[in-house]
Amino acid sequence: MTNSIKDLEEEAEVIFLIGTNTTENHPVIGYKIRQNVLKRGAKLIVADPRRIELADIAEIYLPFKPGTDIVLLNAMMNVIIKEDLLDEEFIEKRTEGFEELKATVKKYTPEMAEAICGVPAEEIVKAARLYAKADKAAICYSMGVTQHSKGTDNVFAIANLAMLTGNIGKPGSGVNPLRGQNNVQGACDMGGLPDVYTGYQKVEVEENRIKFEKAWGVKLPPEKGLTLTEIINEAVKGNIKAIYIIGENPMLSDPDSRHVEEALDNLEFLVVQDIFLTETALKADVVLPGASFAEKDGTFTNTERRVQRVRKAIKPRGNAKPDWQILCEVASRMGYPMRYDSPEEIFEEIRSLTPSYAGITYERIEKSGIQWPCPHTNHLGTPILHKETFTRGLGKFHPVEYREAAEMPDEEYPLILTTGRSLYHYHTGTMTRRVAAIDQHRPHNEVEINPRTAETYNIKDGDMIKLSTRRGSIKLKAKVTENIKEGIVFTTFHFGEAAANHLTNANSLDPVAKIPEFKLAAAKIEKI
Amino acid sequence: MINLTIDGKNVTVPRGTMLLEACRLAGADIPTLCYDPELKLAGSCRMCVVEVEGRRTLAASCVTPAEEGMVVQTESEEVVEARKVILELLLARHRLDCHVCEKDGNCRLQDYCYRYGVKDSRFKGEEPHFYKDDPNPFIERDYDKCIMCTKCVRACAEITGAFAINLKNRGHEVVISTAFDGGLKDSTCVFCGQCVMVCPVGALVSKVEKGRGRDYQTEKVRTICSYCGTGCTLELKVLNDQVVGVNSVRDERLSPVNRGALCVKGRFGWDFVNSKERLTQPLVRKDGELVPVSWDEALDYTASRLKEIKERWGAGSMAVFTSARTTNEENYLAQKLARAVIGTNNVDHCARL
Ligand code: SF4
Ligand code: SF4
Ligand code: SF4
Repeated sequence: MTNSIKDLEEEAEVIFLIGTNTTENHPVIGYKIRQNVLKRGAKLIVADPRRIELADIAEIYLPFKPGTDIVLLNAMMNVIIKEDLLDEEFIEKRTEGFEELKATVKKYTPEMAEAICGVPAEEIVKAARLYAKADKAAICYSMGVTQHSKGTDNVFAIANLAMLTGNIGKPGSGVNPLRGQNNVQGACDMGGLPDVYTGYQKVEVEENRIKFEKAWGVKLPPEKGLTLTEIINEAVKGNIKAIYIIGENPMLSDPDSRHVEEALDNLEFLVVQDIFLTETALKADVVLPGASFAEKDGTFTNTERRVQRVRKAIKPRGNAKPDWQILCEVASRMGYPMRYDSPEEIFEEIRSLTPSYAGITYERIEKSGIQWPCPHTNHLGTPILHKETFTRGLGKFHPVEYREAAEMPDEEYPLILTTGRSLYHYHTGTMTRRVAAIDQHRPHNEVEINPRTAETYNIKDGDMIKLSTRRGSIKLKAKVTENIKEGIVFTTFHFGEAAANHLTNANSLDPVAKIPEFKLAAAKIEKI
Repeated sequence: MINLTIDGKNVTVPRGTMLLEACRLAGADIPTLCYDPELKLAGSCRMCVVEVEGRRTLAASCVTPAEEGMVVQTESEEVVEARKVILELLLARHRLDCHVCEKDGNCRLQDYCYRYGVKDSRFKGEEPHFYKDDPNPFIERDYDKCIMCTKCVRACAEITGAFAINLKNRGHEVVISTAFDGGLKDSTCVFCGQCVMVCPVGALVSKVEKGRGRDYQTEKVRTICSYCGTGCTLELKVLNDQVVGVNSVRDERLSPVNRGALCVKGRFGWDFVNSKERLTQPLVRKDGELVPVSWDEALDYTASRLKEIKERWGAGSMAVFTSARTTNEENYLAQKLARAVIGTNNVDHCARL
């Protein structure tokens, strides 16, 4: 997030939510947004193919067709430029590439958008005006925007909209991705990515590499590595021979499970380090028992870049060990002595190599976390990014064009399947499915279907149905609801026995971020 | 600023400060039941009454603005007498079963009865009959213990915004209820447990924590929720090396993101930690089966296989998937393992998924 969670509660006057079912996926942020509406009169624009809870209190609800985000966003910019609602001073002083943007969005009239997105042109015009006229308007988005074959373009379009109206670098505004898992921000910050070391220092930049080579005392590979989905593909081809998986369950979380299974089966060696014998661990040659969050010290970084302390409350179960200790042991036994007495010692090394974390110490975050960048120990942290300048100096408009989704509905698979999470379960269910109370409350997967679509197939609420795509099919209960548009069906990926990722498409990756197209696959349903 | 005298002490407070806060600044320990600094004032329980010189009646300090020159007594005979009567009235419809109550030792009603020596109620009529059998797996609603402070109703509306519960009936029969009087499951309830967090007595308790240890027996460890990226602060309750519950941390200085508010996963979803299915021993595949082995065996085997593959196929044939669940420190070591030890940048996690 460029801004803070608190801004959504106490500062923003308009909040544009696109592709985030906030009350289910980030519930506490959802409460705050709702309280901002109830107590301060903030106005919401909700753009989502599903009628999410916050749509009920939204000023404008835009149920657009999945995969048409760019058309919607470009059309809003078209209106803003045409009606001169833009922030000229901001564009002048802080950005470049405006003329190109203007040229690109020109053809995206609200009428054209109506035809493609399936929402009335007037509503798009209203949304554009509401967002652009507010003093402080924030945009929040989540996987609904990024999990497309063109997710990176979607994010560019969002940034364009924010810059066009000067809604960046000030309280209550910003471009705010709501990050899914507890420490997904931290995993990225720590260099858990194929192209960067900690703090997004590129591995391909020699200066960075030399710095890390010095600190770690070894030569480092100069080319960037493969992404997760590429690694799976290469494993299928036989080019990747060994994978060491920590706390992940790609058998359920990755698209097209059969493809993942094929990849894992093809390996010479698979290590899985986890707290449960997950679907993925069952495939491993070695399973190393790690510790849960309650059993170790360390830090997590939340979606607003706040680095917070995690504390050990109990001992690891049985003979399990904290993951950091296991990693040290493996490295040492491979001939690279790795020894730390505590997570704090590791953190000290991190901050010595990571400018944005340099000012953060365990002592400083004992009471309350600090938001990076925090360059030195007298720095209070950064609740709002890009206040004076952007990281690269001027903010660049990246105009983007609409392309059709990789897999469009056809005669055989006439529906659009989109997937996500529910309030009660989490990710692949490794944890929540083992919480008796939660599993008792929500034991089954369901597929949401619009009443008119259901009628076409003679399906009633509660019927067992077969949901299929070109990859495979699963059986699950139908939930007939007006909350979803006609022709679209929605399900979650928490359940091993009815796993949505048997159905999703592994071949249509976003060309830049390599994110699979979870939000969209052509599908069909049948009553069974 | 305003000057006033509280229990003989002079205090200065900004205009608009309520007496309750002024009294607390002066060091007085004012009992409250319906007051919550984050919720709209109800001013209904009257436990916080104080005596203001020159006024005929006692003032509920939470809703009385401090005024210049006020002289206030917080524990005068009349105040104590009033509080005793209030407590007796509350006890009249409160089933006293402290010996089996989850809130024993952490209950405002118990604390205040103890403080003022209130043992029983002279107003007792018929037995309370408000218990609500609610088959949801998270929250027990025993309204035979409800003291009608309405904090749950306000927290539900003003923190979560779910509006699942409200007051029903009047007078003696007043009770907290969902819109159609049914279970929480059939209401707009999202099982955030904010109502449990604010309930001062044992009327609302977590079913997940029931019978696992009283609050005062447990050690508290402040940490961060392990589910979503919001990063809510919470407190784990620990007894005999087991996590037995979760408490809210309401102090903004310690809980800047959520000020105590949680969702169903954070508040009721911690039990996986104690699951019998937890892995407790390293496993190595032998003859097709995963079998338990010692750490030494598992680690040596892992290291030697990884080295072997590196020598045979090169570092580029290997990859590490790190985790959006584990700590920063562990993610750092995982990528260090990939880059410095194995020698590949093939490291990623499911940020995208
Ligand atoms: S659990 Fe949350 S939503 Fe349900 S009644 Fe309590 S406060 Fe309201
Ligand atoms: S249930 Fe608890 S919080 Fe709600 S009114 Fe009764 S005593 Fe107060
Ligand atoms: S309590 Fe709920 S909202 Fe808060 S971090 Fe945990 S899962 Fe997210």
